[in-house]
Amino acid sequence: MKTRREFIKISALGLGGVAALSSISPLTRGASAIEKLLGLNRNKPRIVKRVPSYCEVCFWKCALWADVDDSGRVVNLTGNADDPHCNGRLCPRGTGGIGMLYDEDRLKKPLIRVNGENGQTFREASWEEALDLVANKLKEIADKYGPESIALFNHGSPGHHLGHLLKALGSDNIAAPSYAQCRGPREVGFEFTFGTGVGSPEPTDIRDTRCLVLIGSHIGENMHNGQVQEMSDAIDRGATIITVDPRFSTAASKSKYWLPIKPATDIALLLAWINVLITEELYDKDFVEKYTTGFDKLKSYIRPFTPEWAYGITTLEPDLIRKTAREMGSAAPAVIVHPGRHVTWYGDDTQRARAVAILNALLGNWGRRGGFYFKEAKPLPEYPTPEYPKPSWSWKDVTNDKYPAARLSVSNALIDASIHSEDKPARIKAWLVAGTNLPLTIPQKDTLEKAFQDIEFLMVLDTMPMEITGYADVVLPECTYLERDDDIRNEPHRELNIAVRLAAMEPMYDTKPGWWVARELGLRLGLEKYFPWKEYREVIEWQLSQIGTSVDEMQRLGVKKFEGRKTPLYAETPEDYQFKTPSGKIELYSEQLESMGFDAIPRFTQHPEPPEGYYRLIYGRAPMHTFSRTANNPYLVDLMKENSVWVNPRVAALWGLKNGQYVWLKNQDGVVSHFPTKVRITERIRWDSVYIVHGFGHHDKKLSRAYGRGANDTELITRVSVDPLMGGTGMRGNFVTFVTENPGKEVVS
Amino acid sequence: MRYAMAIDTRKCVGCGDCVVACQVENNVPIGYCRDWVVESMAGTYPKLEIEIRSERCNHCDNAPCVRCCPTGASHIVEGGIVLVTHQKCIGCGACIQSCPYDARYSHPDGYVDKCTFCNHRIAEGKDPACVSVCPTKCMYFGDLDDPNSPVSKALQDRRYKTLAPEAGTHPQIYYLL
Repeated sequence: MKTRREFIKISALGLGGVAALSSISPLTRGASAIEKLLGLNRNKPRIVKRVPSYCEVCFWKCALWADVDDSGRVVNLTGNADDPHCNGRLCPRGTGGIGMLYDEDRLKKPLIRVNGENGQTFREASWEEALDLVANKLKEIADKYGPESIALFNHGSPGHHLGHLLKALGSDNIAAPSYAQCRGPREVGFEFTFGTGVGSPEPTDIRDTRCLVLIGSHIGENMHNGQVQEMSDAIDRGATIITVDPRFSTAASKSKYWLPIKPATDIALLLAWINVLITEELYDKDFVEKYTTGFDKLKSYIRPFTPEWAYGITTLEPDLIRKTAREMGSAAPAVIVHPGRHVTWYGDDTQRARAVAILNALLGNWGRRGGFYFKEAKPLPEYPTPEYPKPSWSWKDVTNDKYPAARLSVSNALIDASIHSEDKPARIKAWLVAGTNLPLTIPQKDTLEKAFQDIEFLMVLDTMPMEITGYADVVLPECTYLERDDDIRNEPHRELNIAVRLAAMEPMYDTKPGWWVARELGLRLGLEKYFPWKEYREVIEWQLSQIGTSVDEMQRLGVKKFEGRKTPLYAETPEDYQFKTPSGKIELYSEQLESMGFDAIPRFTQHPEPPEGYYRLIYGRAPMHTFSRTANNPYLVDLMKENSVWVNPRVAALWGLKNGQYVWLKNQDGVVSHFPTKVRITERIRWDSVYIVHGFGHHDKKLSRAYGRGANDTELITRVSVDPLMGGTGMRGNFVTFVTENPGKEVVS
Repeated sequence: MRYAMAIDTRKCVGCGDCVVACQVENNVPIGYCRDWVVESMAGTYPKLEIEIRSERCNHCDNAPCVRCCPTGASHIVEGGIVLVTHQKCIGCGACIQSCPYDARYSHPDGYVDKCTFCNHRIAEGKDPACVSVCPTKCMYFGDLDDPNSPVSKALQDRRYKTLAPEAGTHPQIYYLL
């Protein structure tokens, strides 16, 4: 079948930018092209200024200083010492951020898809031409189907600018995979219990905790900087760490107790812990009395769920379950059962997050030192622009009938709405994608492919030729975070604080900031009243002036802290505290959920088990990489160039696998990984599971260092258990086996 | 004066930030490194232990690399820091062979290179780049002759070990256990 939209692997014929760069000899006295770009001239650079910014390699947004040398190049990045996100210490990705800036594979010119004799390809275009084309297409589609038929998928800073454009145009179909593919269930689970979600950064008071409980949360491998730092502080202070993970994670290795749980049985453990806290009366009675509802119902519900009951499900010894519950009880209220971050596992994830929330409530740690603190953000007025037009339909109309508790837009619901069926035309006709590599993010590739074929137009804004660009009609090259002004960061934390991102150098190549792209498109679409400024610096300056500071001052400070929190950091006058739930209290038993037809208290259900010869595919993070976006960064590739598949020695013996051998992974539906991955035989993984780090196995050749390195977990996730409450895609129900002979696939040496 | 480093294996998560920070700070070419991370594991599932260590030149008191250097390029400066004068180095590689820690590499420009404890930063009163950047704050640097230095304090409170003590090199990187 002829596809409407082919995946374009090669850039184009006669790409000026690429040709010019590849003319640099790859090896000149050991200095590769990338080293030349990195400016390794063997001389110590003369730093002439430092410019404040915050990192965009992940979502933690650590504030940093960019050192700029006398030739105007950024040569070094260091954390801002006043920043509560990083305390002056960037993580490996943040430190290696200049590898993203000087990556020679960056997108350099706007690209337009053309139909040639030998298939589809890209040709380079001027910004003028590319923007005209995008604007015309969007106008055409908005006129024909309504502006609501245009959707935005985004992650990070550029999303806000394009989101503003889209809302001005009259659509609120804006989704980030960080919700339905990541942390959505915990937000919803906590909202139903405490009346408020968790948010980012999580208000976990780890530095002062006496007991930190991690359930599948691998802090240290997930490099959420401030949290990693605080876990280290907690270790210094002798806090007890309890880690629940089928894998001996780094965090598990730092723990007093490791609970090597059978995968997919976490709710059984959580219920058993709740059982022990209640039957042994270890819960905070005053707190429960004062702030919660439904305790009696919970108490009678939980009676059968003893540690002995959980033993048969989780394989964890009852004694260990009791001991760890007692540790939590004795540390309370300075105890945290961490809500986790990537929690879309088995489809009952909102309910699992509810169980975590209930456990925390029983420990009375909400608003307590060493538990959860009350975060607060510095209020920051938006630059005044006219009110957005009201869309005639919204993301809620294609989401909430299926997922009633989704509070934010669900990416997979928007994708479904982009696919036509015989009885129903697709409601979404065009996509803008910014900063998110959907093919290595969204499971169930077939569905995504269908959407790619059905939509009429796809524009991608990115800094790198990620796989998503191969499906685009127009690719717009964004400059990196170090080359642009951007929104002020004012995320909630212990102290009110803001951080600025100011351009540290001129954009390299023919790249532009996201705000510039949004504005240029806005002008072309007759939306100039929404962009009453020329440079984003004007917006930043106006906003800063509203809170008593200025670009001048922020250039000196980078991060500014403010007095005047409106709420206490901890609950000082607890009698008055009202939770934002219907009852005003923490809802241990949720009548809200009951009235919606869901379980009022979480229930354990059995999930599918691996068939004979197959192993549960567990995926996670490595501290030196972010999703799939850093796999080509020269510094980070140097630390970790590919993933490996962790295999228990017993399983390896059964299959005759050798350490370091390359194998392909085949899932239960017969899908074989594009590329092979290295076997790592290790006791650190159970015999019923294998583990790989997410974000590898890139299949776009334009990513010269990442192409063909490792296996891509996302392509092996063909089965998804969708959370009926909020649409999260549970992805841990896929099983793989080993293919040791090349199944006819390309191998990159 | 005796510079040394203590590294807390209970806190290190093996993220590799020390490696990148060193590469950037010292213009270490991509593909090479002056420091690296080692993970060693013992036991069988589920009774396991892992030790994660950031390793580098041990700036030994009794440094075999200095003794075997035919040109005097490898030498020891004040504070016990072992350095290589690039201009004097002929790249013969004897020092690489003599080092029990594999701490040296042949730089593509033809000389042998290794950790300097970031002596250019020490001169400015700063910690080495790896110590400054570490998100877990697992590294302590300073003068062992000063009882109030971070490294001295760290060693007072905790059990520690050095690597390959049997080599007789008197290494100055201490691992807190």
